[in-house]
Amino acid sequence: MRHKDYMGLGILLLVIIFLPFVITNDYYLGVLVFTALNCLTCIGLCLLMGYAGQISLGHAAFYALGAYATGILTAKLGWSSWMAMGTGVIISAGVAFLVGVPSLRLKGHYLAMATLGFGAIIHIVLIAAVNMTGGPSGVVGIPSLHFFGIELNTDTRFFYFSWSTVIIGLLLALNLIHSRVGRGLRAIHGSEDAAGSSGVNTSVYKIKVFMVSAVYASVAGSLYANYVNYIDPGPFDVMHSVLLLTMVAVGGMHTIWGAITGATVLSLLPEFLSSMSDYFESLGLSYQPDYDTLIYGGILLLMMLFLPEGLVDGMNSIRRITSTMFIRARKKLVF
Amino acid sequence: MESGGFTDFLQFIFMGLQRGCIYALVAMGFNIIYSATGVINFAQGEFVVLGGLMMVTLTTGFGLSIVFAFLISTLFVTIIGILMERCTINPVKKPTVLRLIIITIAVSILLKGVAMIIWGKGSHYMRHFSGSDPFVIAGATILPQTLWIIGILGVIVVAFVVFFNLTMTGKSMRACAINRDAACLAGINDRNMVMLSFALSAGIGAVAGIIVTPIIQMDYARGALLGLKGFGVAVVGGLGNSLGAVIAGILVGVLEALSGGYISSHYMDAIALLILLLVLFVRPSGLFGSSEASRLKEF
Repeated sequence: MRHKDYMGLGILLLVIIFLPFVITNDYYLGVLVFTALNCLTCIGLCLLMGYAGQISLGHAAFYALGAYATGILTAKLGWSSWMAMGTGVIISAGVAFLVGVPSLRLKGHYLAMATLGFGAIIHIVLIAAVNMTGGPSGVVGIPSLHFFGIELNTDTRFFYFSWSTVIIGLLLALNLIHSRVGRGLRAIHGSEDAAGSSGVNTSVYKIKVFMVSAVYASVAGSLYANYVNYIDPGPFDVMHSVLLLTMVAVGGMHTIWGAITGATVLSLLPEFLSSMSDYFESLGLSYQPDYDTLIYGGILLLMMLFLPEGLVDGMNSIRRITSTMFIRARKKLVF
Repeated sequence: MESGGFTDFLQFIFMGLQRGCIYALVAMGFNIIYSATGVINFAQGEFVVLGGLMMVTLTTGFGLSIVFAFLISTLFVTIIGILMERCTINPVKKPTVLRLIIITIAVSILLKGVAMIIWGKGSHYMRHFSGSDPFVIAGATILPQTLWIIGILGVIVVAFVVFFNLTMTGKSMRACAINRDAACLAGINDRNMVMLSFALSAGIGAVAGIIVTPIIQMDYARGALLGLKGFGVAVVGGLGNSLGAVIAGILVGVLEALSGGYISSHYMDAIALLILLLVLFVRPSGLFGSSEASRLKEF
């Protein structure tokens, strides 16, 4: 871990501690909980995409596996939430291994389509396997999580808990990427052949990081099920996978902080736009949730065309350009 | 009972043919762009949806005749294809595979969002091209629309063979697909060929959408699954191999319909995807593609 990372973590921690004192509205706290869950999934996806350079368009499937493991095991079989979450993690990692071994031999478009197909199959199974998943109507009555005797049943409690999980996930990920494994992964991103010839076992690394990212998504899914107490196949479709990829790409794939930024910005954006539109209501403008798709698509396209390195890197390059301009202007003044 | 079994079988075959032809058209769209640029266009499914929805609006909303509406819808989507290439693919100076994938995904989300706002979330009905009274063959029924679909696929395949083998432009496009630098040296404008490939591919996607809409009732969200299955078919047939795509399309369509009929209709959509995954895992060059050809492509 680097100096900057500690600073970032510290700032994030302070913001999280004090945010519920500023925002007391339960609805907005709920939005922030979903933001945390997206952040968690995106940290995993960023390890896979930004560091190992492997695309996945099927991460909503792992999110779904976590959520349904929790849902089915707790609501139908009466397991404890923690056991269910652990089982979800094991299932997700296992599925990631099974899918990853053949998929990660593929590259580029083939890998994208294979993971997309995998995600679509899981979504179809969620709808079709009515006996197990409840089909389109889903699973109801999922109990809340208990944490050392405290029931996480209010939005504030779950807010703190979910963001603590994000911090832990972030710590683990940051440690991972500044280790031998992390350097190996970045070598794979640079060139798989070169990495292989310098002694990085590329296929094992790729499968491991795929499993790690699946575990992140699975934990987020379990937390989702525990938080909303009800799941149906709706939020786990291919579009959600694409949205996760958008978050990582918009924030900047090459740093974990980029993934966090992207996930936060895009999770809060619809809320921001709908609250902004209240001010323009007199002009006949009103923001509807239907526009989300359009907005996400537009943002992703603009980012890829003009800031392909993402928001975080984009900010840095803008700062660099303005500072050189500033220095030039000062030189002109002096001479 | 014996004849009942055969009738069912024939019915599933007809249904499979109808689906397969559509998959084949979508797959051909993928192939054209892939050959010219090495890009898989994730927005291919959206071209199909836009073609279908535009057709619905022109025929039921404006009351145009089928032929006229067909031409205008195809032209409309072709223009969208050209715009997509000029605005999003052409300006990218340092294309990496990951970036191009995300760009075409972004375009597909964008088009989906636009379609949702313009046409709403509901399904759109459209009358069949020539009546909806089915013909009866050996007890099984086949819709006139299915015959239209098969016929139009045939016409397009013939037009393709003629275009790519007998016209100068078609030959130039093939030259670009084989070796872009060499084609440039021979005086072919490769940028224009890329644009042309997007135009053609969008046009074919639109045709697929137009002819399938009377049967499946188009809505804005169908693009993803149609595109995914079309890609599956393109892979099974060997990416870039359009005749392979037609055979693979019909094969996958029939397999899907049979499994839907005999195994479970709930999992029918999953079958094509499962075939896609299996082929990707076992033989990524496809059933009809040579493995050397796929190795040469930049993946």
